[in-house]
Amino acid sequence: MTEKRTVNFVVNGDKESRETETDQTLLKFIREELYLTGTKGGCEIGECGACTVLLDGKPVNSCLILAVELDGKDLVTIEGLSKNGEMDRIQKAFIDHAAFQCGYCTPGMIMAARALLDRNHSPTDEDINEALSGNLCRCGAYQEIREAIKASSKQ
Amino acid sequence: MTELKCVGTSVERKDAIEKVTGRAEFIEDRFIGPLLYAKMKKSTLAHGKIKKLDVSRALEHPGVKAVLTGKDYPNKIGLYLVDRDFMAVEKVRFWGEPVALVAAVTEKAAAEAVELIEVEYEELPGVFDPFEALKPEAPIIHEDLGNYEVVPIFYPKPGTNVANHFKLRKGDTVKGFAEADIVIEKEYIVPQMQHVPIETHKAAAQWSPDGKLTIWSTAQSPNVVRQLLAKAFEMPMHKIRVISSFIGGGFGCKAGASLEGLVVPLARKFPGYVVRIVFNREEDMQGTFTRQALYATLKTGVRKDGRITALEYKMIWDGGAYTEYGVNIVRAAGYSSTGAYDIPNVKTDSYCVYTNNSIGGPVRGFGMCEMQWGIERQIEEIAKKLDMDPLDVRLINGMKEGSTTAAGQVVHNVSYDKCLKTVAEKIGWGKKEGKFRGKGIAGLVKCPAQPSNAASSAIIRINEDGTAHVMVGATEMGQGMLTAISQIASEALNIPLDRIDIKVPDTDFTPYEWQSVGSRITYTCGTSVKRAAEDALGQIYRVAADLLEVPVGDLTFDGKKIYSTKDPDIKATIREVADSCKKCTGEGIAGPIIGRGSFVPTNMTNLDPETGQGNPGLFYCFGATAVEVEVDPETGVVKILQLASSIDAGKAVNPQLCKAQLHGGTIMGLSTALYEEVRFDKGIILNRNFTDYKIATIENTPHIDSFIIETPEVNGPYGARGIGEQPMIGVAPAIANAVCDALGVEFNTFPLTPERVWQALKNKK
Repeated sequence: MTEKRTVNFVVNGDKESRETETDQTLLKFIREELYLTGTKGGCEIGECGACTVLLDGKPVNSCLILAVELDGKDLVTIEGLSKNGEMDRIQKAFIDHAAFQCGYCTPGMIMAARALLDRNHSPTDEDINEALSGNLCRCGAYQEIREAIKASSKQ
Repeated sequence: MTELKCVGTSVERKDAIEKVTGRAEFIEDRFIGPLLYAKMKKSTLAHGKIKKLDVSRALEHPGVKAVLTGKDYPNKIGLYLVDRDFMAVEKVRFWGEPVALVAAVTEKAAAEAVELIEVEYEELPGVFDPFEALKPEAPIIHEDLGNYEVVPIFYPKPGTNVANHFKLRKGDTVKGFAEADIVIEKEYIVPQMQHVPIETHKAAAQWSPDGKLTIWSTAQSPNVVRQLLAKAFEMPMHKIRVISSFIGGGFGCKAGASLEGLVVPLARKFPGYVVRIVFNREEDMQGTFTRQALYATLKTGVRKDGRITALEYKMIWDGGAYTEYGVNIVRAAGYSSTGAYDIPNVKTDSYCVYTNNSIGGPVRGFGMCEMQWGIERQIEEIAKKLDMDPLDVRLINGMKEGSTTAAGQVVHNVSYDKCLKTVAEKIGWGKKEGKFRGKGIAGLVKCPAQPSNAASSAIIRINEDGTAHVMVGATEMGQGMLTAISQIASEALNIPLDRIDIKVPDTDFTPYEWQSVGSRITYTCGTSVKRAAEDALGQIYRVAADLLEVPVGDLTFDGKKIYSTKDPDIKATIREVADSCKKCTGEGIAGPIIGRGSFVPTNMTNLDPETGQGNPGLFYCFGATAVEVEVDPETGVVKILQLASSIDAGKAVNPQLCKAQLHGGTIMGLSTALYEEVRFDKGIILNRNFTDYKIATIENTPHIDSFIIETPEVNGPYGARGIGEQPMIGVAPAIANAVCDALGVEFNTFPLTPERVWQALKNKK
């Protein structure tokens, strides 16, 4: 049987302590244990970026990380971006620029964009392209995504 | 025409806040309840007899509830040709075909049990090339083809691997070629591609003890899923409920029915459980629709003045192992076989051929990307041979108001020339910019490929406070249906958009929609909604007329109140009218207002089985793509310097979302032009993940200049027509034409990978 372990972490600002199986991925843990279903799986092998979340402020593919690695860390998911019912400015910019269509890659895309803007306040097209090259959008909203990130960085 | 208030404005998407906050529910987010997890045992070869299938060890595995094989339920399914097994029964026809299904209490237990199933095959000779499949001695993939149920507009040839032969004869090609000064004949090849929506295919089923079956599915077309399951399982439709949610990308692969039927028998075995199946990326690549490969020979006869006098098109399609849906792509490409051009003499033969490759099926463009690749490439050859500007050749032959299609259908509301000229002008057509730089242009056209009676319907409920619910069966997969359809409702009802609610469909509650495919929803669902709104508005006026004792003709509605145009003081609020209206004496006038509208095309006909002549198009949407490229001669890398795309939307219901579609389709087209090709080895897909099957990323996305042309579609809602698929069609030929312009080499296939471009350049030297 799979071993279980307790992990202590912060999720979207709240302290949590949970038991998890040691072979559980962070993606499944987030969706099935924390019920934060905004994070999406698309390939489960780290190729598409749909499951991107922030771990200690860094964007990671949650499908490639085990839930036990969460211990002692700070996790932010798409649900944690809105504060007191107010959306983050990158979320608003995504709406203004219609930077999504089906919306499936959007949570991961927005988390990757947030991480970029946190470390680079005025990214160029090249910076954006590099930072988001691991996030696939089959609807092809890339042009609008670039515009949304640039508009958001100007604020 | 009165001025429009809501249609034609770039209002915020109806699903915007949900989608950026992670609250938008996709179907997997709704698999709730006592769950069972289903996993497939898949075939490891492409063609083989199942000699032995032993599931005993899997059944003993802890957590396993049941194992089913094809023999347990030999039902077949199919949209146009009922040829597809849910699970292989006696033999497997493609690599990855399900041969058994495990249901277990955890996903892990199901996956482990799958490994314990033992299958022994007797390998049969496979056919992986449609030309081989056409040979008289070829192994037959469907021995029972003659016994399959088929919609009688398709022509399978029992005893062969031909699932459909579409024939088209227009005018007299012998005469047409005799009139020509030059004749060009070339072969064109388009490889298989995959849709790869970021959300894979997913479904769940629950059986309730009273015999009701509930399905949750990523399906683009819940009503078709219900129809096909009702038939396959011999159930009445009111006992099947299909629930849709936001769909994480469709592009055609989630059209028709796909994996839903797999979990139905398991659900039936364990009433109350929600039995779920979620394809992983590899399963999505191997077991869902693939764009059929096309091997074509195209011959045109052209006069010295550039006029094309005759066209002969032979198309051999790799339909894959099952062609239940693919037969219609072959038909659509056949009846559209002159592309955006008016050509008087045409002879076309389009063959859908079974092979042991992946299942062919609908993809954005539905045969048009593949078929128009040849046309748009050959126009370049014509221009070169006649020393003419390829843009001029397009303008001379391009369809205009009153032109006829290959099928002989007269087209209306056409501004194809404007689409071409707009993009040409944008990229500075005619100016050569440098040694390894080139410019290319391509046109495009597409009508929805749908049965002549594919219908649509809508219900609008007016609440007691005058707000409204719009209920339709169309699905939301990113195209913006919820927004555009509510804008049409708002316009027709004169009720502000923020007072209108719309949801994704649920067949128990939302009215019939054939399918959300073919760029048809804006037109078909939009028309139904407009009619439902007009019906509701008519009721509002009639009730108000009764209440206010004023003739209907004297009344007007400003969204809040209904008043007499002769005396604005004679008025009633929408709330007074909508909330079970009564007179001041207390006598009731009318109960709740419910508007209804439906639509079925009246301008489409069957096609003559020998000549393919008739009216297959509901409407025709034209557009064009122009690009400038620079090629690195050392590496073969094609860099896009300029990319312009135009589409004639008739009327853009929401210009921002219309442009988003235009950009998205253009990017998908660019991705197929430069990167995408499913590679097979004896039916086995070699590139079955995003590392090996590359699609365009943000890094590969150049700036796109997009242009919406608006030539009203007279019978469309507010002049609108659908544009979802079209922007993809012209991109590959436009890029290839530009690379040819840059290097002076020819391409008859794509993607234009660095290797292919470099090789072409090397061969030239």
